Amino acid sequence: MTSASSLVTALTEAGTTSSGEATLFWVLAPLMVLGALGLLFSRRTIHVAVSIAGVMVGLAILYVAQEAFFLGFVQIVVYTGAIMMLFLFVLMLVGVDASDSLVETISGQRWIGLLAGLGTGAVLVGIVTRASFAAPVGLEAANTDTNPVGVSRLVFGNYVLALEVVGTLLVTAALGALVLTHRRRLTRKVGQREIAEAKVAQGARLTPLAAPGVYARHNAMDVPALDPYGEPIEESVSRVLRIRGQEAAAEAFALQEDAEERAVPEDEWLTTTEDPDELEGGEQK
Amino acid sequence: MSVHTLTAARLPFADLAVPVAPSGPWQESAWLLVAVPLVSAAVLLLAGRRSDRWGHWLGVAASAASFVIGALILVSLLQAPVGERVVEVDLFDWISAGQLTLAAGLRLDPLSLTFVMLVTFVGSLIHVYSVAYMDADVDRRRFFAYLNLFVAAMLLLVLADSFVLLFMGWEGVGLASYLLIGFWNHRTEYAVAAKKAFIANRVGDLGLLIAMMAMFATVGALDFTSVFGAVGSMDTSTATIIGLALLLAACGKSAQFPLQSWLGDAMAGPTPVSALIHAATMVTAGVYLVVRSAPIYEAAPDAQLAVVVVGAITLLFGAIVGCAKDDIKKALAASTMSQIGYMMLAAGLGPVGYAFAIFHLVTHGFFKAGMFLGAGSVMHGMNDQVDMRRFGGLARYMKITWVTFGLGWLAIIGVPPFSGFFSKDKIIEAAFMPVAGAEWRAWLFGSVVLIGAGLTAFYMSRLFFMTFHGEKRWTTAAEGAEQHPHESPRLMTWPMVVLAVGSVALGGLLSIGGVFTTWLEPVVGHTEHADPVLPIPVIMASTLVLVLLGAFLAWRQYAASTVPQVAPAGSALTRAARRDLYQDEVNDAVLVGPGAYLTRSLVYGDRQVVDGAVVGVAHVTVGIAERVRKLQNGYVRSYAATMLAGAVVLLVVVLVTRI
Amino acid sequence: MSLTNYLVLSTLLFTIGTMAVLLRRNGIIVFMGVELMLNATNLALVTFSRMHGNLDGQVFAFFVMVVAAAEVVIGLAIIVAIFRTRRSASVDDVNLLRN
Repeated sequence: MTSASSLVTALTEAGTTSSGEATLFWVLAPLMVLGALGLLFSRRTIHVAVSIAGVMVGLAILYVAQEAFFLGFVQIVVYTGAIMMLFLFVLMLVGVDASDSLVETISGQRWIGLLAGLGTGAVLVGIVTRASFAAPVGLEAANTDTNPVGVSRLVFGNYVLALEVVGTLLVTAALGALVLTHRRRLTRKVGQREIAEAKVAQGARLTPLAAPGVYARHNAMDVPALDPYGEPIEESVSRVLRIRGQEAAAEAFALQEDAEERAVPEDEWLTTTEDPDELEGGEQK
Repeated sequence: MSVHTLTAARLPFADLAVPVAPSGPWQESAWLLVAVPLVSAAVLLLAGRRSDRWGHWLGVAASAASFVIGALILVSLLQAPVGERVVEVDLFDWISAGQLTLAAGLRLDPLSLTFVMLVTFVGSLIHVYSVAYMDADVDRRRFFAYLNLFVAAMLLLVLADSFVLLFMGWEGVGLASYLLIGFWNHRTEYAVAAKKAFIANRVGDLGLLIAMMAMFATVGALDFTSVFGAVGSMDTSTATIIGLALLLAACGKSAQFPLQSWLGDAMAGPTPVSALIHAATMVTAGVYLVVRSAPIYEAAPDAQLAVVVVGAITLLFGAIVGCAKDDIKKALAASTMSQIGYMMLAAGLGPVGYAFAIFHLVTHGFFKAGMFLGAGSVMHGMNDQVDMRRFGGLARYMKITWVTFGLGWLAIIGVPPFSGFFSKDKIIEAAFMPVAGAEWRAWLFGSVVLIGAGLTAFYMSRLFFMTFHGEKRWTTAAEGAEQHPHESPRLMTWPMVVLAVGSVALGGLLSIGGVFTTWLEPVVGHTEHADPVLPIPVIMASTLVLVLLGAFLAWRQYAASTVPQVAPAGSALTRAARRDLYQDEVNDAVLVGPGAYLTRSLVYGDRQVVDGAVVGVAHVTVGIAERVRKLQNGYVRSYAATMLAGAVVLLVVVLVTRI
Repeated sequence: MSLTNYLVLSTLLFTIGTMAVLLRRNGIIVFMGVELMLNATNLALVTFSRMHGNLDGQVFAFFVMVVAAAEVVIGLAIIVAIFRTRRSASVDDVNLLRN
């Protein structure tokens, strides 16, 4: 308990905390409340998720400050590490939604919600502040064998049944999530074989499309490939480029018979990569 | 001198047979009488179209089985000594609630068995007849199911050993009657007729219910034995109330004044139904009720007088209406009403009349059912034409129908030696019996039944001659359909023949040596023969003269001279009679109009006050909900805000209350 | 400095997280608000642990973190799934409850 107690300031006799802990609290608490308020006022869900993750981290720090080391780390692992990440994944699935807006659609809901929420807060704060607590004991004694050991004694001792039940609950939840998100296949699965047979039946192209630039004298993305007869293959160029009209003229790179077109390969970037004469000679043979 | 001894001295029931336990297997299994047709009805209704092919024969078999069982019980009862001819079969403990404990049981005695034989015998014949009559109807199976239901309910009615069980049968026959009148309910007027019959019957049922409540209040029991045993200790006013309530019930079921309006419309049902239910059996249930409740009426002379008055009014009423109706079935219905008036009158006369009321009921069941079947046969041959002004001269074309109908006609107008003569003549004699302290009654009711006999002769002859004699007035092709009258199939004529034989011989056979009155004695008591105010030969002769006069007048007007094809305007009385003596109008003015007004004001009150309150609450709720609904805007964030606000409020409340 | 300051910071962060949940429409930001609320409570737990002189508070905070990890996995999977079908990450578009 040496390292642990040095990290955390113990309670004083009067039941108050040390000034170090107070500083930590007063720095963290406003930040956490601000982060939580993001839940109410932030327009974008992603911002909300990030600010809540921040609140979770703050909570983890406060747990550690309150001599709950095990719980603090579990908080980070489970909440910030798993749950909030799960939220982010779902956010990516769902995307931006009209419901993100802060405009209220149910008439009166805003006032009812505000009143009910503030009422809750008022009542709870009232209870907490007006309640008279006994002098805090502190966890010095309980954490004698370090906090995780103490917690695990309870979890695997007094609360072992609850642990088992909770374990079952987790397994059930996992299965439930599978069931809920399972989508039944409406059509038969189409495999490689089926695709090939369909192509043959249609008389469509059997081979893969030629890559752009194949057999051409240029291998840029906007240059069509050439077929064995030296004609350009239009489909080899990306559809987007074709629609945009950014396709290079295939003739420019086709077989050059006349002298003036032979001059074209003498561009410097072509000569650096290949020997145009050799290529041309090989084609002519 | 106490009332008790006085009534006991007056009552001829003091020596009535006490019920004994059943003996012999057939008496034990009397419940089968009801169960067999009931099960058959259930089978036919539940099996649905699957039983269409054999359903009608199952119905016939069930009815016939009941007849066989009834006959076996009758034989076993005849073998028993006279003192043991009232048998009570206990079935099960039925109702046990507070002070009331009631066992369901059957009472086998001469009266109920007479009815059992009449219902099952005539019923079986009509079942057979219906097989052919309803041949073309797609719903014949359902028809037979209802017929069997009726037979079961009617047997339950007459076999019951308590008023409650009787009431069950009473309602059952009402239901069957409703279902059968409205059998062709796709025609609105038939459905309305069924409803009318049902509602008129409900009024009567109310009377039976009141009577039962009064009995329970005074006697504390509802089985016949206890109630009749307690009559002696009942004061006269209670007995009168019970008697009048029972009379109301009888009026509803038997179409007696003032509840007679439904019977004419009930002819909307298929003709076999009219023959079985609305002529031979169900409508006579009122007479059965009065005769069965004889001890009560004996203790309530005023109620008894009311029965006689109701019978006399209906007798004349039905006869007058019958003279004017051109619809053959409605004329027969009016005749039924009138004949039941005879029975009621006889039943109201007391012990001198009970046996003859039942006697006339049995003979009437035969000849009236026979005539209804004859009318059905005529309709069958004439494309369902019912207007007698478009019949005429059918005697040549439908010989069997003509002969059987003619025998029924002779029987109902009381020509010796046919059945009606023996039964009706006895009633006329009984009506002339002097009543101590009220000589006028004998003269009044005697002359009423005499006039009734003359009128009966007139309208039945009119019906007979208009249908079977005179020139042909059939509808021609130009008017719609040309008529080709033909005799009905054998399945229809044979029941008519059997009933005609009964019309001819039954009255004579049963009155040889007073065998029928003796047979009924264990139930209705024995009376010493007294002398009517006029000598019997004089009564008989004047009856015959009036009958012949009525028949002659009818012959002169409807057989010997031309009958107009369209009814002439006629006198005011004729017009009134055609409209059932404005009975429907009177009902409308006295009951329906005020009832509708009351209903309307209730509806108004309901709309303005009750609905106003309800609708107001609903409006307020909707208003609140409209505002609250805005909170349910489907936005998760909005819900979250609400939750948070709630949590804050809760927290504050907890804090404030704790601090 | 009193340890209460840590607690006040914790409540402030919690309140800000809450308001983010209520006021922002982007599901991912709302989710981050939730995470901030969890972290704020963790800070309070750690402070309480120090006050009481035992490590249970830290163990609680540890479990909160693990559960939060599971929650994040599922929550983000849901956001992704919704985004796939609705092309939106707005929580207001998910209002099938309304009709």
